[in-house]
Amino acid sequence: MAPTAIDESFTYTEHTMIHRNTALAMLATPLLLWALPAQAALRVFACEPEWGALAQELGGNLVEVAVATSALQDPHQIQAKPSLIARARNADLVVCTGAELEIGWLPLLLQQSGNAKVQAGQIGNFAAADVVRKLDVPGQLDRSQGDVHAAGNPHIQTDPRNIALVATALGARLAQVDPAHASQYAQRLSDFSQRWQQAIGRWNAQAAPLRGTAVVSQHKAFVYLYDWLGLKEVAVLEPKPGVEPTASHLQGVLASLKSTPARMSLHAAYQDPKPSQWLSQNAGVPTVKIAFTVGGTEGAKDLFGLFDDTITRLLAAGTRP
Amino acid sequence: MHKLPSASLALALLAPLGAWAQAAAEPTSEIQLLRQEISSMRAAYEARLQAMEQRLLLAEKAAAAPTAASAVAAAPTPAQTASPPPAATTTAGGGANAFNPAISLILSGGYIRSSRDPATYAISGFALPTGAEAGPGTRGLSLAESELGLSASIDPWLRGVANIAMHPDNSVSVEEAFVETTALGHGLSLKAGRYLSGVGYLNAQHTHNWDFADSPLAYQAMLGTQYGDDGLQLRWLAPTDQYLELGAELGRGRSFPGSDAARNGAGMRALSAHTGGDLGDSHSWRAGLSLLSAKAAEQELSLPDATGSVSTQRFSGNTRVWLLDGVWKWAPNGNATRTSFKLQGEYLRSTRDGSLGDDSGSAARAYRLAQSGWYLQGVYQFMPQWRLGLRTERLQPGTPDDGLSASDYQPRKHSLMLDFNPSEFSRIRLQWAQDRARPGPADRQLWLQYQMSLGAHGAHSY
Repeated sequence: MAPTAIDESFTYTEHTMIHRNTALAMLATPLLLWALPAQAALRVFACEPEWGALAQELGGNLVEVAVATSALQDPHQIQAKPSLIARARNADLVVCTGAELEIGWLPLLLQQSGNAKVQAGQIGNFAAADVVRKLDVPGQLDRSQGDVHAAGNPHIQTDPRNIALVATALGARLAQVDPAHASQYAQRLSDFSQRWQQAIGRWNAQAAPLRGTAVVSQHKAFVYLYDWLGLKEVAVLEPKPGVEPTASHLQGVLASLKSTPARMSLHAAYQDPKPSQWLSQNAGVPTVKIAFTVGGTEGAKDLFGLFDDTITRLLAAGTRP
Repeated sequence: MHKLPSASLALALLAPLGAWAQAAAEPTSEIQLLRQEISSMRAAYEARLQAMEQRLLLAEKAAAAPTAASAVAAAPTPAQTASPPPAATTTAGGGANAFNPAISLILSGGYIRSSRDPATYAISGFALPTGAEAGPGTRGLSLAESELGLSASIDPWLRGVANIAMHPDNSVSVEEAFVETTALGHGLSLKAGRYLSGVGYLNAQHTHNWDFADSPLAYQAMLGTQYGDDGLQLRWLAPTDQYLELGAELGRGRSFPGSDAARNGAGMRALSAHTGGDLGDSHSWRAGLSLLSAKAAEQELSLPDATGSVSTQRFSGNTRVWLLDGVWKWAPNGNATRTSFKLQGEYLRSTRDGSLGDDSGSAARAYRLAQSGWYLQGVYQFMPQWRLGLRTERLQPGTPDDGLSASDYQPRKHSLMLDFNPSEFSRIRLQWAQDRARPGPADRQLWLQYQMSLGAHGAHSY
């Protein structure tokens, strides 16, 4: 996806860019001058917290990261609100999931930003899902199937191996957007990758007892997690992706669990825990709140904490007698 | 890989031709001909099989890369990221339709009931152009405006959008058709064509994005329901963390409060400024001030006087409409999936300055009038899929300086709305209104409406 050659226009220094903006601001509204920040760092606009955290890992003090959403918000349902438009306007690099996760708001945000650098197809526009293998790619595209995504399930961040793939691509992209610091990005990437591989080894070992465990999901948000840890999804509380669980569907799930029992039911931090709790009360299946992204739970303070916390929570529920 | 099957296909197609030529030269060797045909077919199939095997191998490799690690759970596997990521997804299928624009279709219709005849609908004290859309619309079951939207990138620098409105009376109109720059940078974007003006809050939104079935009285009375024009729009977003957008428009002035006339200059000018931001995680807001100035020449107006009788007059002159708009949204932690609240209000002030004449042949007289109006509405999503809304509005018709057609009646209206959204693509709405736009008993209106969206995923503007 990334263009092989860097466009001439992207090689101008930030210094001249700020000068041009200053000239514009002076022409239009002199009052704005005070607010114009004299920044040297590469400005990264991340759609979701996990990509914000990754950009921070790979960019360190070379980048200034703004995250559009929090772990308590549904990434499908965000509005192109003024604060986001303003931040997209000033971004040098937009890092999002892609695979249509942000289709309801990101295209509008980019249109309204008036920022040529971050439009789709430019090097300032990075879609993480482009570099990983997608699961749940629908064979048939029809909205009667609920909120399906043509490119496959977009919740790729629940598998650390995907994070590793995205890190490699994002590291390269940072170097492309900010070539003056390419060697530093490469250094940080190799450092992160090393630590990440060690962590994956640790998580693999810790999560080994979970292999084959039957689970229930509230939303089809964890397919990559299941693929990684070998968990078996036996039921989903949402009748169709993005459709609120109904009483009759929950009764159906309850009935099906009699023949195929599950050890736990998972919901993401941003989701309403009620359907999972209902199942917990009626079928005795413990509820597990998954951080889903950085900041979703107390323990998920950064990317490493995200998976430490996820595995701790799964083990706590899964190893119960 | 791609060449292989096509080459073999060409071979397969050509082989019988060659054989046919040979057979024509030597009519005796039919068996030989068959043999040749079979062998060429075999070659073609073998080539295809080989190509397929190669593709399968590649696909397996790609699939094995991430799953290889999960096979050995306990041991750290250094190989899991060593393998190159699979090729980036290519969603384009190729073929003649690969570059088709995104198509969306809004289907809408419903049932309207009103206690007073919609044919006599008028907003007391406000002169509307003859044939203007005002009031609840036609009674009974009816299709509402259906809208076909097309949009796509034109090239790396431009994008194009068209919205075609299909009306229940079988007529079709171009609601929007514009091109917009995507690569100007510096926060600038330029739009050219027919578009909905960016003044105020509600004006730039499409009908199906409104929270009520109809537009506020102030919009109906001072902007002809919604102001759209043919022209240019330049927007600039300030390079600050505080959202600040300035817009300037130049247009033909083709609709009320302007009037379409063949003039070389611009018939409409508009300026707008909007700012907004967040207050913590749960609150966000936007506010703005806009000015729309439009020229009218010989604009036919239906002017109701104090006694209620309507006369047709012609207005020539300038109209300025000031709009003050504000919207505030709340959702717990910014997650509007379960509950949310939206408060929105706008104040419009219109001054018309020019001359008014009628068909009687008497000289046109100077006409100057300042009018205003506002609405305030709140929409509360009390549980997933369900929203309840309340809107209240009032107009000040003002006193024309000619002293004629004066009335101290203030049109007002209250509406209550309940909508159910089975998914983000469908909506069913029930709305009651007590409409006192004209003197006399209140017009009690009821809407039962559906709005459905097909095709390309629409973006939710703030």
